[in-house]
Amino acid sequence: MQKEYKTIKEVAGPLMIVDKVRDVKYEEIVEIELPNGEIRLGRVLEVDEEKAVVQMFEESRGINLKKSKAKFLGKTMTIAVSPDMLGRIFTGAGRVKDGGPDIIAEKEVDINGAPINPYSRDFPNDFIQTGISSIDGMNILVRGQKLPIFSGAGLPHSEVAAQIARQARVKDDSDSEFAVVFGAMGITFEEAEYFINQFKETGAIERSVLYMNLANDPVVERITLPRMALTTAEYLAFEKDMHVLVILTDLTNYCEALREVSAARKEIPGRRGYPGYLYTDLSTLYERAGRIKGKKGSITQIPVLTMPEDDKTHPIPDLTGYITEGQIILSRELHRRGIYPPVDVLPSLSRLAQKVWGKKTREDHGDLANQLFSAYARGKEAKELAVILGEAALSDADKKYSHFADEFENTYIRQGIAENRELEKDTLDRAWKLLTILPREELKRLKEKQIEKYLPKSK
Amino acid sequence: MTNIKHGTIVKVSGPLIVAKGMEDANIYDVVKVSEHKLIGEIIEMRGDKASIQVYEDTSGIGPGEPVYLEGHSLSVELGPGLLTNFYDGIQRPLRLLEEAAGPFITRGISVPGLDRAKKWKFEPIVKNGDKVEEGDIIGTVQETSLVVHKIMVPPGISGTINNIKAGEFTIEEIVAEVGGKKICMLQIWPIRAPRPTKNKLAPREPMITGQRVIDTFFPVVQGGTACVPGPFGAGKTVVQHQLAKWSDTEIVIFIGCGERGNEMTDVLLEFPELEDPKTGKPLMERTVLIANTSNMPVAAREASIYTGITIAEYFRDMGYRVALMADSTSRWAEALREISGRLGEMPGEEGYPAYLGSKTAAFYERAGKVKCLGSESREGALTVVGAVSPPGGDLSEPVTQNTLRVAKVFWGLDDKLAFKRHFPAINWLNSYSLYENDVLDYMRREAGEDWPEIRNEAMNLLQEEARLEEIVRLVGVDALSAREQLVLNTTKSLREDFLHQNAFDDEDTYTSLKKQYYILRSIITFHKEAKRALDREIKLNDLVNLPIKTEVIKCKWLKDNSLYEELIDNVKSEIRKLYG
Repeated sequence: MQKEYKTIKEVAGPLMIVDKVRDVKYEEIVEIELPNGEIRLGRVLEVDEEKAVVQMFEESRGINLKKSKAKFLGKTMTIAVSPDMLGRIFTGAGRVKDGGPDIIAEKEVDINGAPINPYSRDFPNDFIQTGISSIDGMNILVRGQKLPIFSGAGLPHSEVAAQIARQARVKDDSDSEFAVVFGAMGITFEEAEYFINQFKETGAIERSVLYMNLANDPVVERITLPRMALTTAEYLAFEKDMHVLVILTDLTNYCEALREVSAARKEIPGRRGYPGYLYTDLSTLYERAGRIKGKKGSITQIPVLTMPEDDKTHPIPDLTGYITEGQIILSRELHRRGIYPPVDVLPSLSRLAQKVWGKKTREDHGDLANQLFSAYARGKEAKELAVILGEAALSDADKKYSHFADEFENTYIRQGIAENRELEKDTLDRAWKLLTILPREELKRLKEKQIEKYLPKSK
Repeated sequence: MTNIKHGTIVKVSGPLIVAKGMEDANIYDVVKVSEHKLIGEIIEMRGDKASIQVYEDTSGIGPGEPVYLEGHSLSVELGPGLLTNFYDGIQRPLRLLEEAAGPFITRGISVPGLDRAKKWKFEPIVKNGDKVEEGDIIGTVQETSLVVHKIMVPPGISGTINNIKAGEFTIEEIVAEVGGKKICMLQIWPIRAPRPTKNKLAPREPMITGQRVIDTFFPVVQGGTACVPGPFGAGKTVVQHQLAKWSDTEIVIFIGCGERGNEMTDVLLEFPELEDPKTGKPLMERTVLIANTSNMPVAAREASIYTGITIAEYFRDMGYRVALMADSTSRWAEALREISGRLGEMPGEEGYPAYLGSKTAAFYERAGKVKCLGSESREGALTVVGAVSPPGGDLSEPVTQNTLRVAKVFWGLDDKLAFKRHFPAINWLNSYSLYENDVLDYMRREAGEDWPEIRNEAMNLLQEEARLEEIVRLVGVDALSAREQLVLNTTKSLREDFLHQNAFDDEDTYTSLKKQYYILRSIITFHKEAKRALDREIKLNDLVNLPIKTEVIKCKWLKDNSLYEELIDNVKSEIRKLYG
């Protein structure tokens, strides 16, 4: 008993108003049939006794108020999921994009998902080795974590994200498969090609699901895209027992699309014109990472966002940081000096690190990381001082710290784009070698026993 | 079903629903929406139209569906069974939600806040014929091994005890009659109304948290209010967790309001493992957790802090010292803003409703030390610690400013300290506590007679450090006099060995008040003695390179408090040896 309405009253930007509707429900999916027979999708944003406000998921070009028809489908937005999705590419509206056949559904799932009951969550307690020292050593990525990359325009976040996707592996991984769900929102063709090629070269494409919305694709599709990607991830993780790494890039484009819809609805804006519910909306994406008691699989999220003007206090990175379990921040200064990956370790943070340091990794890991943080911070301060007062004015200790900071950047942070460093033998031991630069009594964050055992003796 | 009054939905917009035919409803009444029976609360009435905020997902709901009136306002169930429970924002036990619906929270599940079937051993402490008034304790239940639950005469009831029974009862079974009214162990109380007390008292006694920077420099009192604002990554949540773990209160209510799911899971897994430092029993036995994570319905987030504080007040009424942690009140304010926006209200600052200030103040005002209802004069205290998450760490934003107006303690978290991994990252230069002088008597008694002098000396040194640091930045450390360099040397020790505290180290995570005093006194004694030695022409390097200095630096690891007196004596003699 689906009714078709020819009472489209208004189309403005991503919004459409359908008049004289009956029995329409909130969040219901709408099919709009254009005069040429083409079908577009939308959903109900608000409904009262007379009219329904519909948000288009696809572009509104070509809709004719008199000749187009709106059909309310009586269900919320779902996608068909199946294991056959691995190795395939889809659009932001969930349509097949690689020219292959449609997916035969194993089941239909609501893309909005449902919140995981905090009681049913299992705490993320095992790490993922990325082979990147500045991440593994100091801001370790944990299975089931959401750890965003805060980047800026022109910084190599795509390279870092792709390197993580390529190198990521779980230590004791015997019985669960690894999969990647990649969601691209409003990125350029070249960036998208870069990722697809990376996946193809390493054969990772076989175990990847790609959702692609390029810079010239409809903006509103960016709102559904991450939800489809995460619904797919939930299916693979919690029904097919896979460890799923979800990479979403670029969240800034997602938020702009949200702002566009909000502005079209004439809602009262929060900061910088973004809707007041941006925090809640982002959390319904990020909180879909995690593990569930009694399930083998897990969802680990790496959202990538570019900070406008490298400003960490901009609403998008700011609200993201309040939801996610830490952040990896890329530094323009390191990038300019040719250091790859340009991870700014001091403001970067992995909130879950404490749960795996020394528990799933070598016992000295936590104290060692803290020692590196404080020594590098002091070294950078010393270098700033040297800029003002000249190198000669530094105390002996400060000179050593300054030297430490340089070496740390050059040998610890800097590594090759294909260099995959093993955690214990490479990343941790490399750090101990660096600490020989400093006087032994300065190693306050480390225990005497650890220094005895791990600090290289010769010098 | 036919005799239940109902209205009809006319509009749905996210968590806000408008229904007509609602003239019989009261404002703030609970309703059940549609045949899914979603829980909602009336927040505005216009003619026969009511605006309802719905505590569950409203997708698939549309005009024409019914709204059933429940005829009471949003309430919590109070009685044995609260402790160790893990609730959502409207007091549904999350364990029962999992049993009903699996690992994802679906909607329309109705589960009671307290277990109806469980029998509790009720031991009366009054006899038939005794006269009791509201708030009097008529019996007790050993709820957990740590906490005795006191069954009180509900507010508004008094008279003679009749038919009082001993034995095993469920919370709904009658255990006594008071003035002809039947009393069971279950009380129901509306969350937006503060529970009554006889009167409020001025709080004087500090809440000892075992966190050195807090207890020593910025103490909070039992019954006081504190706020912890800070940008993300500065360690708000760890501070809140530490307080929930170590504060010397009898009951802890922890509200995860719009925060991360994994964090609540962490608390849930960790608290049963942690031991109460005094009794050795699991901390969970004195704790109630409330979790409305950021992705759970936004309206229930708004309700969660009221649910929490009502439960807290109930335990306070028994005469307990209760601490409530709300992480984070900014998310609560954002929920207010979202609902207000959908109601089309005229916004105040940054889109927040104009009543943000009054609502914030009313919430914090529910804290306090009180004389409880009842003929025996019991005293209870409810301490509220609210985390604030200012966007971009900018403290001038409305939620922080409104909170600062009412909270008496300000622990300002600083991301620069956090980058250096100095935790807790409480900035000692801009934080404050208005209770500082109120607790001095207690501190002299419990910590040491010269507590105020030592504490002030340390604080002054830290202030001086900030001034000296600026000079160093301009002209280098060599421009400072030996005395000034000694100040920097001492404050380095104060920062690294006293203020810095590792929450994840088994030993360092909690420091008793007495030990805090001794560590501070050791550092300050060294400073004073060294200063005296400088006046007698002893070189600074000779002083700071003394082996005893290393002992002072490491003194927080001393196992026994009796060792400190010896250390302090040694400091004096070793330094005095230099000038004979």
